[in-house]
Amino acid sequence: METRREGRVSALLEVQGVSVRFGGLAALDDVSLKAEQGEILGLIGPNGAGKTTFINAVSGAVKARGSMRFDGSSIAGLRPHQVARLGIARTYQMVQPFPEMSALDNVAAGALFSGAASSLPDARKRAEAVLERVGLAQQARRPADELTLAQRKRLEVAKGLASRPRMLLLDEVNAGLSGPEIDDALRLIRSIAAEGVVVLLVEHLMRVVSSLCDRVIVLHHGRLIANGDPASVLADEAVIEAYLGRRYAERAAARGRA
Amino acid sequence: MTERRAITGSWIAAIAISVAFFFAADAYALRLGTLLAMYVALASGWNIIGGMAGYPSFATAAFFGLGAYAGALVQQKGVPMPLAWAFGALVPAVAALAIGWVVLRLRGHYFAIASFAVAIVLRELTTNWTSLTGGGMGVNLPVLQISVIEQARLFFAAQTTLAAIAAAISALVAYSSLGFALTCIRQNETAAGMLGLDARRAKAAAFALSAALAGAAGAIYASSIFYIDPGDVFDVLIAVKPILMAMLGGAGTVAGPVLGAAVFFGFEQTVWAHFLSIHSGVLGVLVVALALFLPRGLLRWKRAGKAA
Repeated sequence: METRREGRVSALLEVQGVSVRFGGLAALDDVSLKAEQGEILGLIGPNGAGKTTFINAVSGAVKARGSMRFDGSSIAGLRPHQVARLGIARTYQMVQPFPEMSALDNVAAGALFSGAASSLPDARKRAEAVLERVGLAQQARRPADELTLAQRKRLEVAKGLASRPRMLLLDEVNAGLSGPEIDDALRLIRSIAAEGVVVLLVEHLMRVVSSLCDRVIVLHHGRLIANGDPASVLADEAVIEAYLGRRYAERAAARGRA
Repeated sequence: MTERRAITGSWIAAIAISVAFFFAADAYALRLGTLLAMYVALASGWNIIGGMAGYPSFATAAFFGLGAYAGALVQQKGVPMPLAWAFGALVPAVAALAIGWVVLRLRGHYFAIASFAVAIVLRELTTNWTSLTGGGMGVNLPVLQISVIEQARLFFAAQTTLAAIAAAISALVAYSSLGFALTCIRQNETAAGMLGLDARRAKAAAFALSAALAGAAGAIYASSIFYIDPGDVFDVLIAVKPILMAMLGGAGTVAGPVLGAAVFFGFEQTVWAHFLSIHSGVLGVLVVALALFLPRGLLRWKRAGKAA
């Protein structure tokens, strides 16, 4: 892995000097990072650090300055649907279903609009397989707004998956889920990454970050303050100061010694 | 399957009744039938952008008037009627693409108000561009050298054919990828874009189809009454009535606007006629009643009851 990273193989996503300003506020300030095939990246930081803004910038939902390249070609300035068609799927912190449409049609929309399916019947067929995979086959005919929160979160992932993405941006897909539900979600995310899809997830649960991510990126006040493997990032003094807090660090250290 | 049978049955019944009516009815009844057919075309056309995509357009009067003028002006130059009607559909469709490029960026009430303004602008333009449109004097169309009953039959056949085309287009759209995309836009446009849908293109297509149908209806209307003026064909009621009809029957469905047009027409002919002096008041009451008691339309009345 290490040699490949150093080598000629270029990153799938390469972001350089990206900034987003809302009025006088720098929501994202000169952020640079790379993501490579099959990686699971964790994006952490305190509330308002710019995590969602980063996802919005990459997916074209907000205008950003700087260079963003996906698979070698620039995606800066593209509109959301154009970014989606290149193979970048995303979910929202607040779920964004088509509320009155069936779970099946919600997912079929992902297959159809991205161009993964050639027709509506084809899209529905693909959607069935994706629903099966995320464990929502039983709910296929039900309207999205009748699903539980955990099911709606999985539905969001299913919509993204149906578009056959090469990169999946997950914005707090585990927030508000119970322990067993999170375990299911982690299994799903691992299986997605195993297919070579780059997964970038915004996450607050350190248990998820440390067990799932190959690499962790920390944002604070819109700036990237750490980028590396989970163990060293979570032990980083600046990260502890900005986000994790002293008490978390002490407990983590105690667990490490035991 | 039963649904498909009901749809086929409705089509056959509608065609049979229209054909029988064409031969049996007198000129007065035929004119009423022509008006009903025009309502069906306008409501079905509005439904594509307003019902399916959920963009509450008040531009129907704009496209109706534009189609009426486009058709009338080329007919004056000697273009045969069917071609003039096709031209009356084409001009508003192209205009809708251009206007839509701007106003379809707005959503909800903002879009409604912007689309409403389109009719006002076109009306002023038509009134003041005297060299082209005759201004407030209006446009006289060539009078047909055929009997009264033949005229009534001709325009009944034309508007009824247009109504059938409108219903067919609406059905084709509803069951196609475009209809699916429009439903997604109505439900959650942001999410649709994030999944790769070029919402702007889908909305523009819906707006243009809707405009073409309104324009064709306007062009046939112009031919049938031989004289149009800006106040008549850009009338705000032409924008409001199709919305009421579609909502009455069930906005977003294929059959809803057709049913709604028929019910509204019946209401208009029976009740309305007795309240001539306060008919806009009656219209207001109808709007309020609709919003309060039938927000999802007659077609989905029973289903809403079950869910509650």
